[in-house]
Amino acid sequence: MTEPVVSVRDLRVYYGTPRGPARAVDRVALDIAPGETLGVVGESGSGKSTLGRGILGLLPEGTGIAGEVLYQGRNLVGMSKEELRHMRGPELGLIFQEPMTRLNPLLRIQEHFEETLRQHHPKLDRDEIRRRALEALGRTGIPPTRYKQYPHEFSGGMRQRIMIALALVLKPKLLIADEPTTALDVIVEAQIIRLLADLKKTSGTAVMLITHNLGIVAEACDRVAVMYGGKIVEEGDARKVFANPVHPYTRELLRSTISLETKSLHTIPGAPPSLITPPPGCLFHPRCPDAMRVCALKAPIEQRLEDGRRVQCWRHGPAEAIPDGGTEPLEREEIAVANEA
Amino acid sequence: MAASGSSLKSYLLVRIAMVIPTILILLTLVFLLMRVAPGNPVTAALGGHAPPAVIKELTHQLGYDRPLYQQFGLYVWHILHGNFGTTITDKRQVTEIILQNGAATLELTVAAMIVALLVGVPIGLLAGRFRDRPVDAVTRLFGVVMYAMPVFVLGLLAQILFGSILNWLPISGQASPLTTALMTTHTNILLMDAVIDGNWPAFWDVFDHLILPATTLGLVFAGVFIRLVRVNVIRTLKDDYIEAARARGIRERAVVYRHAFRNALVPVITVIGLEVALLMGGAVLTETTFNWPGIGHALYIYLENRDYAAVQGIVIVFGLVVVASSLVVDFISALIDPRMRYK
Repeated sequence: MTEPVVSVRDLRVYYGTPRGPARAVDRVALDIAPGETLGVVGESGSGKSTLGRGILGLLPEGTGIAGEVLYQGRNLVGMSKEELRHMRGPELGLIFQEPMTRLNPLLRIQEHFEETLRQHHPKLDRDEIRRRALEALGRTGIPPTRYKQYPHEFSGGMRQRIMIALALVLKPKLLIADEPTTALDVIVEAQIIRLLADLKKTSGTAVMLITHNLGIVAEACDRVAVMYGGKIVEEGDARKVFANPVHPYTRELLRSTISLETKSLHTIPGAPPSLITPPPGCLFHPRCPDAMRVCALKAPIEQRLEDGRRVQCWRHGPAEAIPDGGTEPLEREEIAVANEA
Repeated sequence: MAASGSSLKSYLLVRIAMVIPTILILLTLVFLLMRVAPGNPVTAALGGHAPPAVIKELTHQLGYDRPLYQQFGLYVWHILHGNFGTTITDKRQVTEIILQNGAATLELTVAAMIVALLVGVPIGLLAGRFRDRPVDAVTRLFGVVMYAMPVFVLGLLAQILFGSILNWLPISGQASPLTTALMTTHTNILLMDAVIDGNWPAFWDVFDHLILPATTLGLVFAGVFIRLVRVNVIRTLKDDYIEAARARGIRERAVVYRHAFRNALVPVITVIGLEVALLMGGAVLTETTFNWPGIGHALYIYLENRDYAAVQGIVIVFGLVVVASSLVVDFISALIDPRMRYK
């Protein structure tokens, strides 16, 4: 395997809340290869956006972050603000969920590009800035005639294209796209996703696509990481994961998608776990249809399957770590209460 | 470029056209207010003990016995020709009052606005940028105290400290009597007249007289600007494009200056236009405190004497200034914020 662009090791991100620290990202490990598109999926509050921002060090003040984000042999965690700022843009790009408000309404598109390019390449002359900006815009389908217009003269889809061009113009090695199409309609969504998927062919940029839309991942991603409660519970080749999910949460999540064949909606009962006071053992066990006794007692240990997939679930072992009788089906609390009575 | 250029032009044309109905409404309101206000201008002018025949004679002379629509038509006709009439009490041309006293007020309010902006905007930016730090706490306290303090209290304190105790600055009037006597009149704005004549001793004398009243009035409004600018900076720093700029590795100084401050000042400009109206109200008190021969001071005196012709003219001028300042503010806003042009 080629050298990864970014290696995340044991990353933890804590938000301070009045009720105590919330573990938004909990011991996450992840590699992103050059030119690869990695999908990160999960419910709202699973920590996928925090993971994306944590990689860039773009977290609100007072957020705790620990672990390693290795980029070209250097750990971005603990880097000074100024060093990190130099990385953002030319090395690591980020695009956001709501394109409507991400461009400064008082500045022309031209001024956004000029500011960005001058910041990181102070020696470029006007013509070169213009040439690079128009090239990046052209790749995302924005005609050069609109270079001098203001943000409010563009639709949401076009603004997201501009945001992508604004990230691409600096030629980052990794582009983190945080739910880039959530605020857009389906046709525009498909166009944007195709655009992102084409990036690896045209520029070799790796993409980390954060989304809750599994259809997007199936269409555009090489690999997928499924997050639950701040942890990556399953990660592997996107097609294999979709064809044969090994973690019960992935399976339930896939069953919850809607298609033409859907006759009744499938939902996962219960709510995502509290990140401040998480349940003991596996975070998913209170909602898991396959839960065993061990799941409520011990956190699962990550296993690597033969096909290269990683999974955190006791059903995939390791058997020697499961105590006697641990594989018995978990008796739910409601039932236990009934028995006592 | 061409598209946004022409849209700016058409926006401005529409905006100017909207001034006409605004002024008509203003004129009508002033006219009606003068007619419903208690007291009779004629008896007030004659001192209250005049014989009925004299009252009737003067009423006829002033046109108050004609039907209302005729009075209104005549009134609008005169004003459109720049004729604001003659005061009832001292038989001065209202136009003359507006030009002379208005120029003094213009001098005061412009200077006060400059003080308010020079003090209020930078402090507000600083407080917003360093929210909840010591500098923010101190400037907020300053802003609240300035805003809460009545203009005449601040004025009196300034007069006592800088005039009586320190004896640094004159505390009354627009210029020394000697300066006034030696100056020639071009614009009625004394500072400008002195510059036109190259009369620098007069300029500095007028300037010295301007410092205390302008600073007093300016500081009260600086208190408003501090709070307004601070709130807008705090709000703007949370905007999505700020985070997006940081995500592109733009340095923090550029994020704050180019993105946050500029955007935070757009709503402030609109408020400046509204503040001009309040500033004129504040000028009445300031002018009285500092014995400033301004239009506010004149209004106060003519109101006391129920001189409706004078009051009517001055109130119309106040209204016109507010209309003009909001027009200017809209122009500036449209220049800065392209979204304003598409309304």
